[in-house]
Amino acid sequence: MDQKTRYHSVRLDKELCKGCTNCLMHCPTEAIRVRKGRAHILDERCIDCGECIRICDYHAKVAITDSLDELKLFRYNVALPAPSLYGQFRGLTDVGVVLAALKRIGFDDVFEVARGADIVARAITEKLREPGLPRPLISSACPTVVRLIQVRFPDLIPHIVDIRQPMEVAAQIARAEFCKAHDCRPEEVGVFFITPCPAKMTAITSPLGQEKSAVSSAISMMEIYGLLRPLISKIQKEERIEGASTSYGIGWAASSGETKSIFQENALCVDGIQNCIRVLEEIENNKLSDLTFFEGNACTGGCVGGPLTFENNYVAKNSIRKLVAAAKAKNDSTPQQSVPVSDMNKYALKMDKPLEPNSVMKLDDDFSVAMQKMQRMNEIIAELPGYDCGSCGSPTCRCFAEDIVLGFANEMECIHKMRDKLQTMAEQMVELAQTRR
Amino acid sequence: MSSVLIHADYPVEAEDYTRGGEASADIKRKLKQLGVSANVLRRVSVASYEVEMNLVIHSDGGVLTLEVSPEAVWLISADRGPGIPDVEMAMREGWSTASETARSQGFGAGMGLPNMKRNADDFDITSKVGEGTTIRMGFRLA
Repeated sequence: MDQKTRYHSVRLDKELCKGCTNCLMHCPTEAIRVRKGRAHILDERCIDCGECIRICDYHAKVAITDSLDELKLFRYNVALPAPSLYGQFRGLTDVGVVLAALKRIGFDDVFEVARGADIVARAITEKLREPGLPRPLISSACPTVVRLIQVRFPDLIPHIVDIRQPMEVAAQIARAEFCKAHDCRPEEVGVFFITPCPAKMTAITSPLGQEKSAVSSAISMMEIYGLLRPLISKIQKEERIEGASTSYGIGWAASSGETKSIFQENALCVDGIQNCIRVLEEIENNKLSDLTFFEGNACTGGCVGGPLTFENNYVAKNSIRKLVAAAKAKNDSTPQQSVPVSDMNKYALKMDKPLEPNSVMKLDDDFSVAMQKMQRMNEIIAELPGYDCGSCGSPTCRCFAEDIVLGFANEMECIHKMRDKLQTMAEQMVELAQTRR
Repeated sequence: MSSVLIHADYPVEAEDYTRGGEASADIKRKLKQLGVSANVLRRVSVASYEVEMNLVIHSDGGVLTLEVSPEAVWLISADRGPGIPDVEMAMREGWSTASETARSQGFGAGMGLPNMKRNADDFDITSKVGEGTTIRMGFRLA
């Protein structure tokens, strides 16, 4: 495969991998193979969904994120908490406590990604007014869903909203505001996203729809949970930092939060990667063209179900629901009311690089050669047992045939074919032995 | 249709809603592996799903066939009946004979055949009551 290698947050810990087939069977883009007793991730296919991290009993699949040591690289540091972080603390009634706790662990300032979500919500609302848009428009907020579309549904790329993720918008504003307030240069300010998932980490190193990310680094929620947890009960009222987002921005932490913030009645909110795939198939078949908006979240429950979160996603979703209600009781303005028009022009909100299809599923760049390979594939499939057992190291018999055609595997790696062959050979040997006698 | 290299037959049974959509899903996957352009892919997706569901809803069962040559993708649906008495009428938007079961599943808007025709570059339908219906759709690749 001549695809250039992409950076990925999801990696394999070779020492811990037993070479079982759990991850192999659960990968939505067939990006894992087991070879020589260990799993291998095909970089060009991986969409960083983290399903393999969740499924691996041996914890051999890990997400590479940055550590707090990175803070030393900058003179100043600003934390960008994803709203899902608020859902990690049971009984939390005010997000201001978490914001203050982040300052206590070493950040000079905090900027809520929920504020970025407010601006994105307003931008999407305006986008939806444009005439002639494909229906439904697809949210660009979940980077795994965007990458899934690039790999498996390339014809749906024109449906993706060309607005940057809340994290990117928040990072631009956070840095600009900090520089203004402290009279410093942009390169002196490190902006750290507190991430619930590896996909956001990958979206910083290999950005989607833009050349360079405005975020400096991502720190896993799991990594700082232990530091924040004991502080939550210690933050005094006067130390709290008043949250500046709307209640709607906080709601983005869970599935359907984005849709609520753009007031789309005719929208579909889907969570869980397999569910997203099923609905994207329907959009591809034009069965959902009566919808205006599709919000897909790769993780169950939305970002609160991210592989790098600590709290049970259902508990976290409930916490978010309560926080949204509390914030709404204090201030019920919508993103459309509270985001000033000036903000809409001041920052780069639109993607400036087209999202390209990822053609890794293609058998060959040359159409005729691809057809020959497919023919050969079909011949091979006809000879395979169809158990999809994974013993060969490919997830299904069909995928194994594909790997053979592409030169990555050979037929005798199928233990069932091998057994048949051995049986024939054994019979021939017996025959041979008898004729000599 | 000179050099057909890929040929796949998908039997589709009447009223089989459980498997309805599997043939078109496989057709889509094959075309993606071949690297068919996004535009053609989208049109074949829509047409193949419509024609497959037509077999499930309206026919007594039949076979959906995919053929691919370097020049074009062909979808051929051939059923065992019952046949359409008035093909011209059936081609009109909004005209449908779908059953209650089908309608309760969201089908039967009378857009199936017009949708197929709109999405294909070549469209041909022949039908005989008591014998069956054959639909041929071509999608140019060049």
